[in-house]
Amino acid sequence: MKKYTLLGLLLFLPLYMAQAQVYFPKNDGVKEENNNYIAFTNATLHITPNQVIPFGTLLVQHGKIVASGKGFSIPANTVIVDLEGKHLYPSFIDCYTAFGVEKPKREGNRGRSPQYDASREGFYWNDHIRPEVKSIEKFKYNSKDAEELRKLGFGVINTHLMDGIARGTGVLVALNDEGGDAIRILEDASGQYFSFEKSVTSNQSYPTSLMGAMALLRQMYYDRDWYAKGTSETKDLSLEALIENRNLPAFFEAGDKGNDVRADGIGNLFNIDYIIVGGGNEYETIENIKQTKARYVIPIDFPEAFDVSDPYFAKYIALEDLREWNQAPQNPKVLSDNGINFALTTFDLKKVSSFSEKLEKAFLYGFDKTKALEALTTIPAQLLNQSNSLGTLEKGKWANFLITSGPIFEKETIVYENWVQGQKYVLNDRNLKDIRGSYTLAAGGKNYEMSLSGEATKPKIEVKMGETEFPSKLTYENNWITFSFTDKDANETYLATAKIAAEETSFSGRLVLPNGLETSFTAIKTDTAKAEEKDSKEGTKAPEILPLTYPNVGYGYRVKPKAQNILFKNATVWTSEAAGILENTDVLVKNGKIEKIGKNLNAGGATVIDATGKHLTAGIIDEHSHIATLTINEAGQNSSAEVKISDVVNPEDINIYRNLAGGVTSIQILHGSANPIGGRSALIKLKWGEDANGLLYKNSPKFIKFALGENVKQSNWQSFDRFPQTRMGVEQVYVNYFNRAKEYDALKKSGKPYRYDEELEVLAEILNGERFISCHSYVQSEINMLMKVAEHFGFKVNTFTHILEGYKVADKMAQHGVGGSTFSDWWAYKYEVNDAIPYNAAIMTREGVTTAINSDDDEMSRRLNQEAAKTIKYGAMSEEEAWKMVTINPAQLLHLDDRVGSVKEGKDADLVLWSDNPLSIYAKAEKTMIDGSFYFDLEVDKAQREAIQKERSKLIQMMLEEKSGDGKKRSPMKKEKINFECETIN
Amino acid sequence: MQIFKNIAAIVIIGIGFHSWAQQTPAPTQSETILLQGATIHVGDGTVIENGAIVFENGTIVSVGGPTTIKQGRVIDVTGKHIYPGFIAPVSTLGLGEIDAVRPTLDEDEIGEFIPNIRSLIAYNAESKVVESMRPNGVLLAQIAPQGGAISGTSSIVQLDAWNWEDAAVKVDDGIHIHWPNTFRRGRWWVGEERGWKPNNDYPKDTEAFTRYFANAQAYGKTNSTSENEGFKAMQGLFDGSKRLYLYAQGEKEIIDGVTACKNAGVQQVVLVGGYEAYKIIPFLKQHHVSVIANRVHTTPNSDDDDYDLPYKLPKLLTDGGLLVSLDALGQMERMNTRNLPFYAGQVVGQGMDKEEALKLITSNAAKILGIDDRYGTLEVGKSATLFVCDGDALDMRTNLLSHAFIDGREISLETHQTRLWHRYAKKYGQE
Repeated sequence: MKKYTLLGLLLFLPLYMAQAQVYFPKNDGVKEENNNYIAFTNATLHITPNQVIPFGTLLVQHGKIVASGKGFSIPANTVIVDLEGKHLYPSFIDCYTAFGVEKPKREGNRGRSPQYDASREGFYWNDHIRPEVKSIEKFKYNSKDAEELRKLGFGVINTHLMDGIARGTGVLVALNDEGGDAIRILEDASGQYFSFEKSVTSNQSYPTSLMGAMALLRQMYYDRDWYAKGTSETKDLSLEALIENRNLPAFFEAGDKGNDVRADGIGNLFNIDYIIVGGGNEYETIENIKQTKARYVIPIDFPEAFDVSDPYFAKYIALEDLREWNQAPQNPKVLSDNGINFALTTFDLKKVSSFSEKLEKAFLYGFDKTKALEALTTIPAQLLNQSNSLGTLEKGKWANFLITSGPIFEKETIVYENWVQGQKYVLNDRNLKDIRGSYTLAAGGKNYEMSLSGEATKPKIEVKMGETEFPSKLTYENNWITFSFTDKDANETYLATAKIAAEETSFSGRLVLPNGLETSFTAIKTDTAKAEEKDSKEGTKAPEILPLTYPNVGYGYRVKPKAQNILFKNATVWTSEAAGILENTDVLVKNGKIEKIGKNLNAGGATVIDATGKHLTAGIIDEHSHIATLTINEAGQNSSAEVKISDVVNPEDINIYRNLAGGVTSIQILHGSANPIGGRSALIKLKWGEDANGLLYKNSPKFIKFALGENVKQSNWQSFDRFPQTRMGVEQVYVNYFNRAKEYDALKKSGKPYRYDEELEVLAEILNGERFISCHSYVQSEINMLMKVAEHFGFKVNTFTHILEGYKVADKMAQHGVGGSTFSDWWAYKYEVNDAIPYNAAIMTREGVTTAINSDDDEMSRRLNQEAAKTIKYGAMSEEEAWKMVTINPAQLLHLDDRVGSVKEGKDADLVLWSDNPLSIYAKAEKTMIDGSFYFDLEVDKAQREAIQKERSKLIQMMLEEKSGDGKKRSPMKKEKINFECETIN
Repeated sequence: MQIFKNIAAIVIIGIGFHSWAQQTPAPTQSETILLQGATIHVGDGTVIENGAIVFENGTIVSVGGPTTIKQGRVIDVTGKHIYPGFIAPVSTLGLGEIDAVRPTLDEDEIGEFIPNIRSLIAYNAESKVVESMRPNGVLLAQIAPQGGAISGTSSIVQLDAWNWEDAAVKVDDGIHIHWPNTFRRGRWWVGEERGWKPNNDYPKDTEAFTRYFANAQAYGKTNSTSENEGFKAMQGLFDGSKRLYLYAQGEKEIIDGVTACKNAGVQQVVLVGGYEAYKIIPFLKQHHVSVIANRVHTTPNSDDDDYDLPYKLPKLLTDGGLLVSLDALGQMERMNTRNLPFYAGQVVGQGMDKEEALKLITSNAAKILGIDDRYGTLEVGKSATLFVCDGDALDMRTNLLSHAFIDGREISLETHQTRLWHRYAKKYGQE
C-alpha cells in the first residue's frame, strides 16, 4: 500500500508541476521544476495501429513522448516502470462530441405568426448561420463526463456547440482533470462545424426545409466570396468569421446516407472537403458514399431490437426498420471494406457508456480491429490536422496512452490505465495480483473449500464445506482482500481480511469470529484457476445478415431491374399519336427504346410477351406530384426560387412502387404552394431501385413552381404578417422580383462586379426563356393576372397547374399559349374551388389548350388512368383524347414529348401493359416498363409479398431470440410518413 | 358526342333562369311511369335484359321482361341500364360544404360521449355538394356525425329535398362510435416523439366505453328521476331499434370493440372501416357483424402491405361470407362520395362479379342500414328510387345518367357544376 502511494506521488507531482505555467506566481509553496523522465519498459508498444514493437520502451517527459521503441538510452533521472509485457496503445480520440458545451435551450414561440426576419444585427441575414460562434467561450470542462470517456479509452475529444446550420469553431481538449484549461485545451478553434439543422436560439422561419438549408448554405458561401472581395458596404461579422475560419477542418453533421451526399455536393461547389458526420446507414448506399471521396466520422448507435412479443404491435413495424436492426452493425465493416477513411465517434449514442458494447457488435459483424484502432487514433488525428501531436506513440506527441493486459479489443483484455498528457488515470489496478484459484481456508478451527474466480480484478468468491454452501462476499483492492461468509444453519457470519503478498501464492490474515473474538485464518492455494470459459452469451456468434435490396425497404429488388429486349405481341396499342389505337399490333423494344411498331414483327432474339387481349400504352406522366421527396415546401420566405426539389429526391418512397403499379412512369415533383415563387422542380422516372440521381431525367428541361391564391396569401393557416395577404399583393411580388431579376441579369451581363444571388439567377432564367413556370392556380382573376405579368416581362407561362377555373379563361389561355394541368373532379375543399367543375379539362381542350390530368396526391396518382376516363363522363371527350391527357399532353407540358408520352419508334421504352382498356375502371397494370426494364410486374409483386412476409417473420424470430445486454428492448414503432400535397409544410 | 347531346338536352329545359340557387326538388309522382327496353340491374345480383319497370305513387308495381302494359308516361330507354339508387353509408354530406372554411362545417361536435347529438337537424338539404351526387347515381345517404368517442346519432336521407324533414328516410337510425386505437401517433405537441407507438391509455380508453354502455343500460332499466339525453339516445341499441356503427381498423380493436358492444347488450353491430377485418372473418360472422369497408381509393396503411389491399378488402370480406358495403370517409369525403360507383367498380377489377359489386352500394347497403324494406333493390313494392344510365354505371366512361327518380319523383340531374359548364361551353360556342 505504502509503496504504491509513493510511486503514485512520484509520477503525479513532477509531471503536474512541469506543466504549470512558468510565468505564474506561486503562493502555496515554493516554485521548483521537475525535469525527470518516466520510462515504461518491457511493453508491447503499439506505436501505430500497424506498427508493434515487443519489449519496447516509452519515454515520457513534461507530458509528451520523448522517445519510443528500442535502441535509445534512458537518462539517469528516469523513473522506470516495468510493464512486464503489457500493451501500450495511443489513447482514443473522438472528434465529434458536445463535451463541456451545453446546448442552448429552445427559444419559446412568440406570437401567432412566424418570424421572418433575423433577430441579430451586424451578422448574417439568417440567424441560423452563426460561424462567429466560438465554442471556447461556452466551454466548461466536465470532469464527470471526462471520467466516463477515459474509461472507454478516450484521451482527447473534440467538442463544439451543436446548434445551427453554420456553428462556428470548436475546441480540442485533453481529458486531463489536472492543471486547468490552459494545459488541457489543445486547440481553441479546432475546426468549423455545419449541419442542416436550424439553431434553437432563433425562431426565424427560414429555412423550413432541408432543401432550404442547402440553398442557404450555398448562398452563404457565395456571399462569403463576395464579401471577401471587400465590395460590401455593410459589416457582417458572420461572414468575416467564415472567412477567418476558412482553412480550419470543416465538419458537416449530415446524419444520414442521403444527407452525406447532399453535404458533399455543397462542398464540391466551393472546393470544401467536408469531413462528414454520417448517420450509420452508409452501408445501404455504399457506392454513393464511395463516390463522395470524403472522409467520415461514423457513429455506432446501432438500433436496439424491438419488443416484438405482441404480434398486434409487431405488425406496425416496417420491414425496413426490422432490417435496420439486423443490418446496421455492419456499417463500419462495409465502410472499411470499401476503403473509406473514417473515424468512430460516441456521437448519437443514447448512453456514451454503451460505446464498447456497440463496438463489440461491430466486431461481431466482421469489422477489422486494426481498422477500428485507426478509426479511434490516427484517423481522427488526421481529420483534426493534429497528426503531429496526437494519435500515435511517436516521439513529440502528447503522452496519451493506454496500458492494457493484452490486445486492446479482445474481450478478456483489461485496460489498466489511461494516461493523458503524462497524467495517470487508473481504470483497473495494474499491480493487483491475480489471486484466482482454489484454496483450503482454515478458519475458526474448521477447513473450508474456497474458490476465487471470474475477473482477475474483480474476483468472485465461493465458500463450501462438502456439499454445504456458505453465502459469501468479497472485495479486492490495493492488494487487500476482504471477505465474509455465513453459516446459514447457525446464522453466524465470519469476517476476514488479509494483505496479499506479491511473492507468495497463499495468504493469511485477520479473522473475526461471530462472537467478536479476533483470531487469524490461512488460505492455502491448491489449484490455479483455469482459463475462464468464454461467456457463451447469445450474440457472440456471427449473426446472419439479411441481404440488402434496392431500395433497402419492403418491395425493394434484390437485383436492380435491367433493360431487356422485348417483343409485345398482338396487343391493342394506344399510341397517343395520330396513329390512334392500333389493334393486333406488335411493339419491339430494344436497348431501352421503342424500336419498331407493326404487325407480325420478328422478335430477333427479343423475349416475346403474348399481349393478346391486352392493351399496351405509353407510361402515364403525372405533371403534378409530390411523392418521392423528403420535403415539399420551403415556406420561410415568399419567394424560394433558390431551392431545388432535385436536392431532396427520396428514391425509397414506397409511393414510387405504388405509382408503378398504377402505370405511372414519369412525374414532375413540384415544390409546394406556400409561396408565390416556389422552388425548382425535379423531373424523374420512377425507376424503383435506382438512387436519387438515377431517377432524375438527364438534360432535364428546367421548371419552377409558382403559386397563386389562398395558399400563398396564407388564408387557411395562422399567419398574418407575411406579404402578400391578398391577391393584389401577389401581383406585386411577381413584378418586384422580375424587375430585380432583370436588373440583376443586366448587371451580370455588363461584366461589372455583382453579388451572386441564386434566387435571382433562377428568375433570370425565366426571363431568358430557359426555365418554365408551372403555376398552381385556381380562380380566373389571378390566372389572367399572371399571364399579363408574364407578357409584360416578355415571357410565357408554361403551365397552369390545378387551374380549376381555367374553363373561365380558356380562350385567353389559348391565346397566351399556356397549357393546363388539372384535377378531374376535385372541388369543395376550399373556398377558391367553389366554381371548380369536372368539365374543366374538356372545355380547355376544346378551346385549344394543351390539357393534362394530374394528381397532387399519392393515392390518386396511382390511378390516373381512371381520372383521365372521367373526362369522358364529364365533357364527352373521346377515349383517345382522354388517354392523351395522362400521356402525351403532360409530356408536351413538360417538354419531354420528344422522349416519352407516346408509343412511337425511337422514343424511350416507357410502356404499360394493361389487362383491359386502360380507361376502364376494371383495368389493371400488369407490367410497367421504363427504358426497357420492368420496374413493376404483377407476378413479381406476388412473389415480393410472400418474400416480405417470410423476411418479417424471420427477423421477428431473430429479435425474440436476442438477449441483449440489459434485456431491454425498444417499444414497437412506426415512422411517421407524410403524404405530401401542395399545402404540406414540414 | 351522342352522350353530350343527351345531357345537353335535359339541361336546356331547366336553364331558363340564372339564379345560383340549388336545383328545385321534384314534386311528388303524379302519374304512373313506365321505363322500358332497358337492362335492369335489380341490385340483388340478378339482371333482366330488355326489361321494363312500372311505378306509381313512388312505388314499383311491376318489374320484368318486355311489357305491353302502356299506362301513364312511357319512357323508352332501350339499350340503357336501370339501377337502384346508390346508397352512401356513414357520410357527412350536408354537414359540411367547404372543407377549409370552418363556418361551413358541422360534422364534429366537441365532447367524447355524446350519442344524443343528432345529425339530421344540421343536414343541409340545399348543399351544392349534395346535389352533385345525383348525376352519378348516388341518391341516398346515411348522415353520420363524426369525431369523439361516441359521436352521435345518424339519420338516413334521400338527396332531393326542400329541408331535412323532407329528406329524412329513417330518423335516428344508429349510433356511431369510434373505438380507441392500440397504436397511436406520438403527440409531438406535448413533447412526445413523432411516429406511431403503442397507446398506453388503451385499457383506460376502452374501459370508458364499457362504463358508458353499462350506465346507459342501467339508466334504461329504471324510471329515472332525472333526464339524461345521452343515456336515453343509447336505449335503441339495446332493444334493437337502432344500430351501432363501430369504427375500428385493427384486428385487436375490432375484437375488443365487438365484444364490448355485444357484452353490453347491443343487438346489431356494424363495423365501419375494418382494415384488418379480413383476418377475423369467422369472428365477425359469429357475431353477425356486417362491414362498411374503408374507402376503396385509399393508400395502404403500411409500406409492406399489398399495394391493392384497400382495393380488394371488400372482396376478401364478401368472399368470406360477410355482408359488405362501402364508405367514402377520409380526405374530401363529401365531394368524393359521388365516386361511390367507381369504388364498387374498382373491386370488380380485383375479381369480384359486377352484379356482386353493385350489391355493395345497393342491396347490401340497404340491409346494413335497415332500409331494405323500401330501398336497395328494384322489386315490386319497393320505392321507385332508381336511375337510367347509358351504360355500365360502375365505370366512369359509361356512368352517364339520363333519368333519375327518388320515390318516383323525377329529379333534376343538373347541378351548380353542370350549369357553369353550359354557361361557358356556350360562351365559347362549344355547344
